[in-house]
Amino acid sequence: MFLEQILNGLAQGSIYALIGIGFALIFGVLGLVHFAHGEVYMIGAFIGFIMITAFHLPVWAALLLAIAGAAIVGFLVELLNFRPLRKAPEYASMICTLGLSVVLQNATMLIWGSDTKSLPLSSENVAFSFFGAKLSMEQILIFTVSLGLMVGLQYILYRSKLGKAIRAIAQNREAAALMGVNINQVIAATFAIGSGLGGAAGVLVGLYYNAFYPTMGFMAGLKAFTATVLGGLTSVPGAVLGGIILGVVENITAAYISSGFRDLVAFVILILVLFIRPSGIFGRGIQEKV
Amino acid sequence: MSLLNIDRVTKRFGGLIAVDNFSARIDEGTITGLIGPNGAGKTTVFNLLTGIYPVDEGDIFLDNQAITNQAPHRIAAAGVARTFQNIRLFKELSVLDNVRIGAHSRGRAGIFGAIFRNGAARREEATIHAKALQLLQEAGLAEYSSELAGNLSYGLQRKLEIVRALAGEPRLLILDEPAAGMNPRETEELMAFVRRLHDRGLTILLIEHDMKLVMSLCQRVIVMDHGQKIAEGPPEEIRTNRAVVEAYLGKEA
Amino acid sequence: MMNMSKSLLTSILRRIDEKEKSLYLSLLIAVAILPLVWQSDYVLRIATLCGIYIVLALGLNLVTGYAGQMCLGWAAFYGIGAYTSALLVMRLHASFWLALPAAGLMAAFFGLLLGIPTMRLKNTYLAITTLGFGEIVRLILLNWTDLTRGSMGLPGIPSPSFLGIDLEGKLFYYYFIVVLVIVTLVTMARIVDSRLGRALQAIREDELAAKSMGIDTTRYKIIAFAIGAFFAGIAGSFFAHYSAYIDPHNFAFGESIAVLSMVILGGMRSLPGVVFGAVVLTLLPEVLREAAEYRMIVFGGILMLTMLLRPQGIFGGVQRKKVSQTPVAVGQGKQPLYQNR
Repeated sequence: MFLEQILNGLAQGSIYALIGIGFALIFGVLGLVHFAHGEVYMIGAFIGFIMITAFHLPVWAALLLAIAGAAIVGFLVELLNFRPLRKAPEYASMICTLGLSVVLQNATMLIWGSDTKSLPLSSENVAFSFFGAKLSMEQILIFTVSLGLMVGLQYILYRSKLGKAIRAIAQNREAAALMGVNINQVIAATFAIGSGLGGAAGVLVGLYYNAFYPTMGFMAGLKAFTATVLGGLTSVPGAVLGGIILGVVENITAAYISSGFRDLVAFVILILVLFIRPSGIFGRGIQEKV
Repeated sequence: MSLLNIDRVTKRFGGLIAVDNFSARIDEGTITGLIGPNGAGKTTVFNLLTGIYPVDEGDIFLDNQAITNQAPHRIAAAGVARTFQNIRLFKELSVLDNVRIGAHSRGRAGIFGAIFRNGAARREEATIHAKALQLLQEAGLAEYSSELAGNLSYGLQRKLEIVRALAGEPRLLILDEPAAGMNPRETEELMAFVRRLHDRGLTILLIEHDMKLVMSLCQRVIVMDHGQKIAEGPPEEIRTNRAVVEAYLGKEA
Repeated sequence: MMNMSKSLLTSILRRIDEKEKSLYLSLLIAVAILPLVWQSDYVLRIATLCGIYIVLALGLNLVTGYAGQMCLGWAAFYGIGAYTSALLVMRLHASFWLALPAAGLMAAFFGLLLGIPTMRLKNTYLAITTLGFGEIVRLILLNWTDLTRGSMGLPGIPSPSFLGIDLEGKLFYYYFIVVLVIVTLVTMARIVDSRLGRALQAIREDELAAKSMGIDTTRYKIIAFAIGAFFAGIAGSFFAHYSAYIDPHNFAFGESIAVLSMVILGGMRSLPGVVFGAVVLTLLPEVLREAAEYRMIVFGGILMLTMLLRPQGIFGGVQRKKVSQTPVAVGQGKQPLYQNR
């Protein structure tokens, strides 16, 4: 029972990690929070759902298309919401993406209705029994896909020219620009990568719970953000670790205390971390320049 | 009798020692210049004095009262007012409001006074208003009272920052490069203004790169390099001091 | 009650110049005779709703517009006020006239509570924390079923009575919210133009400079949260008794966004602007008849567009200050004195 909760927590945590990586990458290059990132994840989920139900595509193809679709959405968000506000005060892009998040959520609701959609799948397909704990096919899918994506991301970040540019901008944008890095291009690419991961998370979660609904991005986005804060806001491994911790803690709370507290836990963690150690586990400290 | 006593103060940023065992005494009613090459630690000293950075070692006394590591607003209330190297006015507030905010620590009205406007609050408000207008008048800024501070010309903004600091009725006024970016005429005006303040008995400590200003305005000059005090004395003496010349021009010169 | 509003009325009118005086006076007369001229329950309901949102938005405006502290969980204070008042009256049989200020004070207390840990945080961090706070309050209202009945809500919240007369008429609520709006406006106008209000604005403009001027920034930010939350709590109490039924959905994130949109549309830190924003955004979904579903899209769109087009909002940036002395020569400086964006 306990082990099963841990496994459930790990699966949920991997999802938070995938979304959280997007927050961390974007915060890394821009120092800003992308409030509509949860909606990008929701859009990914819907793309996956439509591909599977309307076009009868296999899961892997739907997943790839969702990643691509979410990446495009992320790119557009950067182009239309962040780029025009590069020199505006910090709150401008925050409020702007907050508005975008509300618009996307409600537009989706208008188009597809607010009810939860599910795939015509047989439920309860237990794949393995693992010391008495059930491990479902969907969980295996989550673990393998997220692990694959994270390894792929590490490859991009540390082995490619683009990754080098992303890390350079995160260190010092002006210096990177002076060294000939095309800032706008790299930021757009960062959005695309982060959003693609979010889109993948959307499809995976939709399959896991077999539930797709327009408001699914709100909570997931907030929780993934909590995970990212826990990990230090700009750190990719931090976001992963934060996601896993949050997923596990949440499931244990729901199982052993009350399911009503499942969502509460995340926000309490969020406020505690911000209060006690705003720089998170791996984060750099914040210091004001005079 | 020294008004300000900086006693062996040290400040580190990570491995860098920004201020190294720095001591100085500022006598009441004097104008003291703090000079030194870029990165010598002058502004850091100001930020330690005003409580913006915590002091790692040493003590700071204002009129024999320790103000070391007190919150900035307490130090301001104790009578230390300052301006900033890169002007930090309340840009979207009126010139008058900037000055009235400068008088914050001389007021007492709180929520009750704000909402119910009892007699005490009204009187205080009137006093602050009158004082602010008077200060603006003296500085020749009265005609801009209702203009947004951010709309003033650069020279006037520098001046307004000083007026704002004065509104707190400070015992010690700290000016961080007051003449930076000013044209000769504006600098001339500023010097006259600072002299008037000095004539009224105000104690002033200033950082400045304009040597002409420092040499003609200050009674004492303190020279810093690499976080340390390398010389101190009247301007004539500093001008010919070997260590100072070396710090500015390099050893070989 | 007439006397009370009359003295309040004179007290605001004293401070505004003649031109504005006649404008405000005609506005006030229009508001006062609206229910007599246009006898429609529907109109009265919308007008009352406008009043509730004006009070909410003016409270948030003090925190976000004047003190510059972003809050994405404003509905939490609204909800705390509503539940405090409803529970006091229903469970403890307290009088509404006691529950109303108690609701404000309870919300203010939570404002303090939120203020203390968050005051070290800035911008994004603060915004996220307040968002988290809003969710925590909603989730507690939803899950503390023994107290709040959770998602079943609290039905049958009684209307107040005065000297033994039951005040449940729609007219009573309408005029009462008018009084609350006036009280809030006067309070806010007075705060803005006071030592306290200037300190708050200094914090928004430049926190470090504010500290160097002797302003205890932490304390003032907490005060701003407490005062703003007080009014949100009052609005909550009013809403609970007016609608006679509340449940946690009334105080969800969407409401926080709605109020924030009103403040931002109003340009932040302009009292008439915020009133305008609240009225327009309450009316808009009603005017576009089938647009109830578009309500949130409109709010979101307003947030996006105001940020992209004019981060200062409609009224913002153009600040007019009345100085009782010396005629002011605008544009006679050495530099061209242009208006801010």
